[in-house]
Amino acid sequence: MIGYETYDAWWWPYLFIAVAGWLATDIWRWLGVLVGNRLKQDSAALTWVRAVATALLAAVIAKLILYPTGELRNVPVALRLTAAGIGFGAFLLAGKRIWVGIATALALLIGGQFLLA
Amino acid sequence: MSLPADPAGGSHWFFRGMRGIFSLPAIILMSAFVGFCGFAVEAGVPFGETVFMTGMIWALPAKVLLVGSILAGASLPAAFITVALSSIRLMPMVAALIPEIRTEKTPTWLLLLLSHFIAITAYVFTMERIRDVPREHRVAFFAGFGITVTGANIVLVAVLYSTVSQLPAMVAGALFFLTPVYFLTSIWASTRERAGRIAMVIGLGLGPLFHQVAPEFDILYAGVVGGTLAFLADRAWKARSAS
Repeated sequence: MIGYETYDAWWWPYLFIAVAGWLATDIWRWLGVLVGNRLKQDSAALTWVRAVATALLAAVIAKLILYPTGELRNVPVALRLTAAGIGFGAFLLAGKRIWVGIATALALLIGGQFLLA
Repeated sequence: MSLPADPAGGSHWFFRGMRGIFSLPAIILMSAFVGFCGFAVEAGVPFGETVFMTGMIWALPAKVLLVGSILAGASLPAAFITVALSSIRLMPMVAALIPEIRTEKTPTWLLLLLSHFIAITAYVFTMERIRDVPREHRVAFFAGFGITVTGANIVLVAVLYSTVSQLPAMVAGALFFLTPVYFLTSIWASTRERAGRIAMVIGLGLGPLFHQVAPEFDILYAGVVGGTLAFLADRAWKARSAS
């Protein structure tokens, strides 16, 4: 099967990225435009689509915390969950100030690693 | 798109969108791109290709998956399917955003073109602020933000490529952590409907649950099942308080 390293030409990796990356993402954006063009504001259908989009994003968030990529993998999962949970609590207590939540979570993540080390 | 001549016209709102580069969402996204750049360097993706995928794919999770597929030696069809499946989520996001920004007169080709700049950050940023923008200028506002942020991150990745590997491991880990925490708080803050908040809570639980059952489709299942449950729960709630 053709893969990333099949051809030696300089342009091949770019074509690979264009097909497996650009096309694979933008077809969904184009379909989204066509669907969104038909949705009426304040309709039940739009509320449902928004709920699906939000649930999808929530699932992405949970996965980024539980099954991360890169260096974050080396941080214990309990520390990741605690930092995110307390960070979210701080965000709510601070009247939904996003920077408070982020600063708290990051401080706990980095501080926790120093404590555990 | 015809630009009205008055000072608060389309170009004014395009510029207001551009200024979104200095907003918290844009700054956090750029930090996440520093993390991605480090990941690409570590994976051995050459400079030109890393910059190319930043602009062409734009959605960060899709890029991480594509680099992962390249590392694993996946074939072109397999890589395409992996990235395409993970990117289905873009469709409901775009479909929810388009009715907020378009007018009756907005040409579809323009929306198709601009939809490329929609990813989680642009979605969150726009949903949070779009109600304060006059409807006829919302497309210009979104275009200003989307094009500027995408361009800035392309430049950022290009500039950092050669030095990013010197980043301490703990900082790199924190950069990867920034994204989920930012999404968690900002989506909650920008969700005005009860259905959206229920969807958020259910999605957080269903994501890992479906990951155990069907790892290739987990995000998709969690979205459709979680979103539908939230929608129905909200309807039942409304029906009860109405009766």
